[in-house]
This record gives sequence, C-alpha cells and structure tokens, in this order.
Amino acid sequence: MSDVAPTVLLIEDDPQIRRFLRATLPAHGFRLIEAEAGERGLVEAATRNPEVVLLDLGLPDIDGLEVTRRLREWSAVPIVVLSARGLERDKVAALDAGADDYLTKPFGVEELLARLRVALRHASRAGGDVPGPVFAAGGLEVDLAARRVRTAGQEVHLTPTEFRLLAVLVKHAGKVVTQRQLLVEVWGPGAAGNAHYLRVQMHGLRHKLEKTPARPRYLITEPGVGYRLREEG
Amino acid sequence: MENDRRPDPEAILARIEADERSSSRGRLKIFFGAAAGVGKTFAMLQAAHERLAEGVDVVVGHVVTHGRAETEALLAGLPILPERQVTHRGHVLEEFDLDAALARKPKVLIVDELAHTNAPGSRHARRHQDVEELLRAGIDVYTTLNVQHIESLNDLVAQITGVTVRETVPDSVLETADDVALVDLPPDELLARLREGKVYIPEQAERAMANFFRKGNLIALREMSLRCTADRVDAQMQVYRKAEGSERTWPITEKILVCISPSPSAVRVVRAGRRLARRLRAEWTVLFVEQPRHVALGEADREYATQGLRLAEQLGAEAITISGHDATEEVLSFARARNFSRIVVGKPARFWWLRELFVGSFVERLARRSGDIDVFIVHGDAKEDDAARPAIPPPKPAVDWSGYAWAAGTVAACSVIAGVMARHFELSNLIMVYLLGVVISATRWGRGPSLLSALLGVAAFDFFFVPPFLTFAVSDYQYVVTFLVMAAVAVTISTLTVRFKEQAEVARQRERRTGALYSLSRELASTRSLDAMIAAIRRHVEEAFEGRTAVLLAGEDGRLATRDAAAHPFVQDPKETAVAQWVHEHAEAAGRGTSTLAGAEALYLPLVGSRGPVGVLALRPEPDRRPLNTDQMHLLETFANQAALALERALLAREAHRSRLAAEGENLRNALLAAVSHDLRTPLAAISGAASSLAFSEDRLPPPARRELVLTIHEEAERMTRLANNLLDMGRLQSRSVALRREWQPLEEVFGAALQELDLQLRDREVVLRLPADLPQVPIDEVLIERVLVNLLENAARYTPPGTPIELAAAAGQGEVRIDVLDRGPGLLPGEESRIFEKFVRGETAPSRRGIGLGLAVARSIVEAHGGRIWAENRPDGGAAFRFTLPLKGEPPESPSEPPEPEPGP
Repeated sequence: MSDVAPTVLLIEDDPQIRRFLRATLPAHGFRLIEAEAGERGLVEAATRNPEVVLLDLGLPDIDGLEVTRRLREWSAVPIVVLSARGLERDKVAALDAGADDYLTKPFGVEELLARLRVALRHASRAGGDVPGPVFAAGGLEVDLAARRVRTAGQEVHLTPTEFRLLAVLVKHAGKVVTQRQLLVEVWGPGAAGNAHYLRVQMHGLRHKLEKTPARPRYLITEPGVGYRLREEG
Repeated sequence: MENDRRPDPEAILARIEADERSSSRGRLKIFFGAAAGVGKTFAMLQAAHERLAEGVDVVVGHVVTHGRAETEALLAGLPILPERQVTHRGHVLEEFDLDAALARKPKVLIVDELAHTNAPGSRHARRHQDVEELLRAGIDVYTTLNVQHIESLNDLVAQITGVTVRETVPDSVLETADDVALVDLPPDELLARLREGKVYIPEQAERAMANFFRKGNLIALREMSLRCTADRVDAQMQVYRKAEGSERTWPITEKILVCISPSPSAVRVVRAGRRLARRLRAEWTVLFVEQPRHVALGEADREYATQGLRLAEQLGAEAITISGHDATEEVLSFARARNFSRIVVGKPARFWWLRELFVGSFVERLARRSGDIDVFIVHGDAKEDDAARPAIPPPKPAVDWSGYAWAAGTVAACSVIAGVMARHFELSNLIMVYLLGVVISATRWGRGPSLLSALLGVAAFDFFFVPPFLTFAVSDYQYVVTFLVMAAVAVTISTLTVRFKEQAEVARQRERRTGALYSLSRELASTRSLDAMIAAIRRHVEEAFEGRTAVLLAGEDGRLATRDAAAHPFVQDPKETAVAQWVHEHAEAAGRGTSTLAGAEALYLPLVGSRGPVGVLALRPEPDRRPLNTDQMHLLETFANQAALALERALLAREAHRSRLAAEGENLRNALLAAVSHDLRTPLAAISGAASSLAFSEDRLPPPARRELVLTIHEEAERMTRLANNLLDMGRLQSRSVALRREWQPLEEVFGAALQELDLQLRDREVVLRLPADLPQVPIDEVLIERVLVNLLENAARYTPPGTPIELAAAAGQGEVRIDVLDRGPGLLPGEESRIFEKFVRGETAPSRRGIGLGLAVARSIVEAHGGRIWAENRPDGGAAFRFTLPLKGEPPESPSEPPEPEPGP
C-alpha cells in the first residue's frame, strides 16, 4: 500500500451509506470522494484520479454497469461494485464488463477493507510491479515459473488444465473471478458457455489441494458468480 | 287436476332456450315453395327491400336471377357481395363467398337456393352448412327452398314425379327455421308462367323438367308444400300451448323404433320412420341388429345399413347398433326395455323360402310376438331406390369353389374310412364317420360346403353301404327313415357349427373394438401427465386406424397448438391448422371424409369434454385408405370422447393445481404481513432504543454500557438482514419471478459455499461432513440450494447448545440424492416435525425460540421447486435431523475427464 492515504471514489446515491463510509473510511486511512450519481462519478473519476472506485450498481441516472463500461474505456482503476444479494446476474455482468470485485450489501467494515486492499494491491502490480513467481497462502505454494504446486510441503501433481486454472486464480488472488472469465482464460473464447468444464476441473483441483474439499480453505465458490482464491490462509 | 294445467317446466325451458338461441344466433327465414318458378326469389328480394327501407343492414350474398327481368330489377339498390370465382374442371363457377359474408357481417344476408351443392374445394359441401355457420355468427339469413329438396320427402317426390332430386336438405333445417314464408302459386298460373318462359329450366334437363311440370305433379307438390307448412305451424302451436299450459297435448310420448337391415331398403325405411315420427311428434330411434350372418355379406351390403344409420342421425334420430343372433328377439327386448310404442320395419325384399317355411319371416315373428307394440310394415322395394345405392356396388359374393371340392374330398375320405370299418362295425357307426365329415366341412369351409358334404354323405352311405350295394336303390324301406334322420342331423350340425363360427367372428370383431377402447381408457385412467396422455391417445388411435394423428389443445386464447409439433409436419401446414381451428370453434367434425372442408388432408374431430371443447384430434389416414365407414367413425368418435374427458381431467387438475398455488400465495401474503410486523418491529425497537440512547446520552454512559449498546445494534441489524434476505427469497420464489437456473454440478461446491458463509456462526462447532466420493452431480440452481443449506445449518446452529456437533451428509438414492443436516440439540417437539416447514408457525410450540420464521419455509419452497421433498424428524439417539432430496432427472452434460486442451500458455 502506498504511503499517502489512497483516494477512494464512492459513487452511491443512498445518503446513509455515504454517511457511514464517510465516518468509517478516513478512520482506516483512506481519503473519500463522493458522487451521488453515475455521470457525476465519471466526472470525478476523470478529474480527481482516485486509486479505487466503490460503485453502487443501482444509480438514479445511468446504471452501474454502464458506468463500469465507460470508465473502462479509458481507465484501469480498480472498481469494486456494491449490490444487494439476489442480483448475482448484475454482479456477473459488471465483473465481466471490467469491474474487479464486488461486495454484497449489507456489508461489514472488515469485508470492505479487505476488498479495498486486494484491489489496491492488484492495481499497483498492474502498474509494473510483477507479482512474485511464487504464491503462498497458508500451506499452499504455487510456483508459476517452475509450474510446481505444494500443499503442506507435499508436491502435488496437476494436469496441465488444472495448473492453468490455478494460475489464473493466482493471478487474481483475493479477487473474485467469474466463471466466464475463467473459461475464456483457460479454454479460450469458444468455451465461455461450458460451465461444466470448469466444475469438473475445479472439483479435481480441490480434491488435490484441499484437505476437506467440501470445506475449502483456498478455492472458494461464490455461488452464482464465480470463484475466489483466498489469500489469507 | 290443477297440476295437469301447470306449464311443463321443460317445455318452458325449451322455449326459453329457443328464444335465447335465437337472440345470439341469427334468424333463419325460408321462402318455401312447391316448385321452381313460384316466385320465391322475387318474394325474398321484396322482403329484403322492405327491411332495407326500415334501415336494416341488408346485403345480398348470392342470388340467381336466371335472367328474369322482374327479379333483376329488384336486385338494383341492394348492396351485393362479390362472388367467389372457383375454377373446376376448366369451368369458372361463381360461388357464394362465405368468408367475405362473415367478414362483412351484415344484419341480414340474402342467400338463394338453400339446397345448392357447393363447388368442390369450398369449406362446406352444402350451402345449408354455410347458412348454419352464418346463423351461428349471428347473421340473419333469408333463403329459398323447394319442397322436393326436403330430405324426408325426397322419395315421395320421386314416386310422384318420377324425378329423383339428389340435392336434399335435412328436415331439421326447415324445422328449426325461425320463419317459413310459403310462396304459393296455383298450378295453372305456374304453367302459364312456364309457357311464357318465365321459369328457368337448365337446357340439359329440359325433357326431364318438362315431365316434371305436369299439372298432376304440381298439384301434388303444392299439396306437399302446404302440408309441410301446416305441420310446421301446428308444431309451433303445440309448443306454444304446451308452454302456456292451456292443454295437455299428449298424454304419453310416443316412441318409435325403426329397424333396418343391411339391404337397399334401409334408407327408405328410415325415411318412412321419420315421416311417421314427425306426424306423431314422437321420439324415434333407428336400430340395426347386427347378426352373425351379416359377417358373410360384402362390405357394400353392410354399407346399406351404415348408410341408413347415418341418414337417421342426420334426420335427428338416435342410431343404435346392437348385435345378436335372433333379430326378432333383440328388437323386441330392446323395444320393451326402452318403452317403444311402435316399431317400423321394411317389407322383406327377398323370400327366404326355407327359412320362412320353418320359422316364419322376421316380420311375421315380430308381428306375432310384439304384444301391445304396434308394428308398421313399410314397403322396401329395392328397385326404385337405385339412387340411394351406395357408391360401391355390392360385389357378387365371391364363391370359393375350392371349399366345395374340399367338402367332396372329405366325404370321399369318410367313405374310405367307412369302407375299412364296414367289416367290423355296425352301419350306425359308419353314419357317425359321415357326420364327423360334415362337422369338419362346417368348421373349415362354411355353410355351402358343409351342406354339400351332408347331402353327399347321405348319398355315399346309400351307394356304398346300404344293400343293394353300389346302387342308390334301397331294398329295405326302413333305410329311407335312416337317410332322412341322417340328413336332418347333418344339416343341423352344419348350421349350428357355422352359426357358432359366425358368432365367434362377430364377437371377435366386437372384442377387438371394445379391447381397443378398453385399453385406451385404462391407460388414460392411469396416466396423469398431459403429455403422456396425448402420447397414449395418439398411439391407440394410430393402432386402430392406421394413420398419423395429432392432438391439438386449445390455449388460453382459444388458439390450437400441438404440444409435440415436431412429430407430424401435416399439422404445421397453415391450411390444416385453419381446418382444425374451425373444428374447435364449431365443435363439429370436419376435413377428409366429412362434408365440411373435405379438401383437408386429415380428418379432424372436436374433443369436447363435459365443460366444453378442449381441443381437436386429427387423423391423417394413409393416402391409399378409404374414408372411414360409420362404424369406424363411431369408434373414432368414442375414442375422441374418451380422450376429451381424460384431457379435460388433466387440464382441470392443472388448473386446480394453479389455483391452489394462487391460494397458497394469498395465504402467504397474509401470514407475511403478520410476521413482518412482528419480526421487523422487534429488532427495530432494540436498534432504535440503543441508538437513541447513544445519540442523546453518550457522554453519561460508561464505556462498557456503550459497547453493549453498539453490539446490540450490530446483532439486531444482522437479524434484520437475515429476515430481509429470507423475505426477498420467499417473495421471489412465490411470485415465480425466479426461473430455476439448473445446472449439473457437484454438491461439494454448494456445501463449501454455505459453510463459508456461516463461517462465523459455526466457528465454535465441530462440523462433520459426510460426502461420498462417488456422489453424482445434481441438476440444481446453486444459488438457491446454497440458501437451503445456509438456512438449515443456521437453524441448527441457533437452536442447539454451543459446542454440540453438526453433521452435513449426502447420499445417492434411487433417482435422487438425499442431504441431511443433523444436530445433537434438544430435538423437535412432537407434532412439530412437519409444522415447522409451514410459513410463520414459529413461536407457537417453543415460545422461547426466536426467528424460525421464514428460513425453513424458504428451504421448503426451494426444495419443492426442484421437485424434491424436505422433512424433519428426531434422531433415535438424540437431536434433530433435517433432510431433503433432490431428484436426478435427465442426463448430466458430457464431462470428459480432461476437457479440450486449453490454448498454449503464454
């Protein structure tokens, strides 16, 4: 994380949520810029150069999905979308349109801070900081360069596809990755609809990496959205 | 007695019905005359002008003026509908355009010549059918009709004038007409008009017509038309008087039974019966007793009976076929059972001397044994009825001569055997050998050959075994008695055997038909799903009638649609669909083999249940098959009735299911309001209380108290979140706004996600997972099933003491997977097991517990939406078990152990 307080642009129409974040974020070392509508948010994003954007999907003027698309036309700033439970399709659409992560309302402070930290870290990496060739979380170690994977010190043999799937998740460690994103990155654009490929591979991967596959420590399922590789073991 | 004069409620009802029908139906006015040229069209057009002058919307649909100036002059000033041009065999015919008339929908439509036969390719074969459709569409129709075109008078006219009219109109058309205006002209004036060339006569029929327009004929026709009109007026009077209760007209209702046989006279007997029934205003029924001997008749002969039955139905009688051996017996028992007061039979056309000598003719026996039932014998001379002959000429019964040869051979064989036996056995035993031969001939080759073998047997016996041998002479006259007895026995045996065989054949045919029906109805009774029913109906009809079938069901908008259209392309054809739609809307059969829309590829029968039409059954016979005969048609109709009732049952069940769901939704909404007010207010009270004390007296509160208040707010807010989530889920599930997004997937993932979500609540617990490695994938909506697991696990965590273990297990069963959430808590109270899944029953049995509320109800809704079951029970060794199943329907997608190789890495 950078030394100066990172700037968060909050695009949200609900005054109570803005009030809550206005009270909370500065206390945790963030600077907050607020915008109460989509168009205003786009202007703020262009002029104030925030380090991360918190975007509500249900805005009064243009919807959050549209904001994501327009923001992505010229900016790589990490976007964390806020949305209610039950609107998984909207979340997936925003993520596939270029958002980095999501938070389900209502959310707790810890959850919010964790998402912001992951987003900022990925942004700084994208800015030239190459991720270490070795990912480590808890007992899981993934050496991308050597194509080697260990759990609890034991080397694990993965099929090429499993490795590739794991590599994509490592690249986005901590962030949610949609099914579509995974399918496209692992199997190519033609496979976007074949969710069952993914399930089969994920099943195999879990059984090789997790002690209790049905209660995974690393490979977390986000129902209806995708998967997340948990960093803090 | 006072009661006798009270109006008959049924009569009043009938009159009201008639009034009502005529209010929504168009009114039919017939300008009725004795012959062409009396001025019917003229009178009709005059009436049209009168109506037009009154401001009524009158349109001429079709009028033939035959170039008569007076008539043509009358056409002027009337709006005329353009005619439809039909090309038939190179001729361009002008036809009345039914569809244009229906589209124009005037108040009154003028359509000339009710008896007209439409050009091939028209919707209906006959114009009176067009008119019927117009009336049903609420259009009043004026039309013209001559007496000789009335069905039941048809053969009387033919007898009187010698001219057979083929275009006939069912009597019911005239009877149900709202108005009949008799257009009368004395014969002399008509003849004068004829001489003046004012009567149109087609050139080709000039001679026949000249014959027709003889004064004698005209007087007879005039009398007929007058009587016909008088009968009608009389009938109207009866209806009126009956309804007014002024007089009890008929002490008892007469019932007439008309018996027909498979002979050319059948049609004639039916018409005679009809006339009698009409004159007596009696109910009438046409009966055909199918006898074993009829099986031996050719199809054409049987077609006579079929034709008679069909005519009977057209004339409004009930047509019934029964089978039995003794026609007299069957007719009389039928008549007695149903209280017929009169029986009409035809005079036999042929004289079966043998039969009549011994047992008397059918008519004689009937007359002898009829008791108090009157028997009317009408003449059934076949010669004049050539017009009514079936289209297929009856083929001469093909005589199978080989049967006779075989019979003769059998007798020869018997003689050889008898010859061998003659040395050791008495003559009486030899007779037995010949009788055996007769039995064999009767069973194998039928009546003729068996009679031959009987005669040959007697002759051979005489020739070979009765002294003097090898001559037919007989020395001892007592042998004459032997011969006679032997012949009588042989003939009797042969008759009985043949009859037995024929009866077996009739029984077999009936059996086959009944069997087909029985198996259909049995299958329909055991089938619940609509699609399975349709499949069963199609299969049975196709088996019985050899053709392609389809069942079209009406949607909510009344449009027909198949549920499995891919199977039969003919139903997709818009022309065919239009026919089907017509059939559905009019609840009448149409299409191939009927007189309506006969050009269609398939035959369409309406499926009418007890509450109205449900759809249409289509049968497209194999191209080379002949149209169905009446018997088959009846069978098909019976099939259709069965099918309609079954389909109606299924549709009603579906409707009931829907309305039950709706009612459930309604109950839910009510309970929801009650629950929301409770479940929202409690945490709200805590939050707002705690928050207000923080807001207004924060500085006076010691830090631990402040912390306590903050925690209260946080916990209560979490509780409200849960409630809001469940409410949201429930609402969406109930409103069906969420379509299940089922995908085949391993349960493990959903388990993981649910446990992840409840990480905090389950932190201090041991969670035991039992997931077999070979658990199949399950077709589920993962988001929703995760909710089920979260709710069940949360429930377990909340209502069991901290630190007690929770088990989560899954196991594959027969066609389903069962998931168990097990705890070691206090278990469920008796009776609570099923109630806790009902919405908002929380608190009644365990007042101290909070918030069971919606969680389990949501779980139930989701599981049931997946087609599974959910229930709770106490574990025998302590604790509660919540279990649910998920069906494994369909096939999981192909999941290769290694999916396609990904693109090469970067």
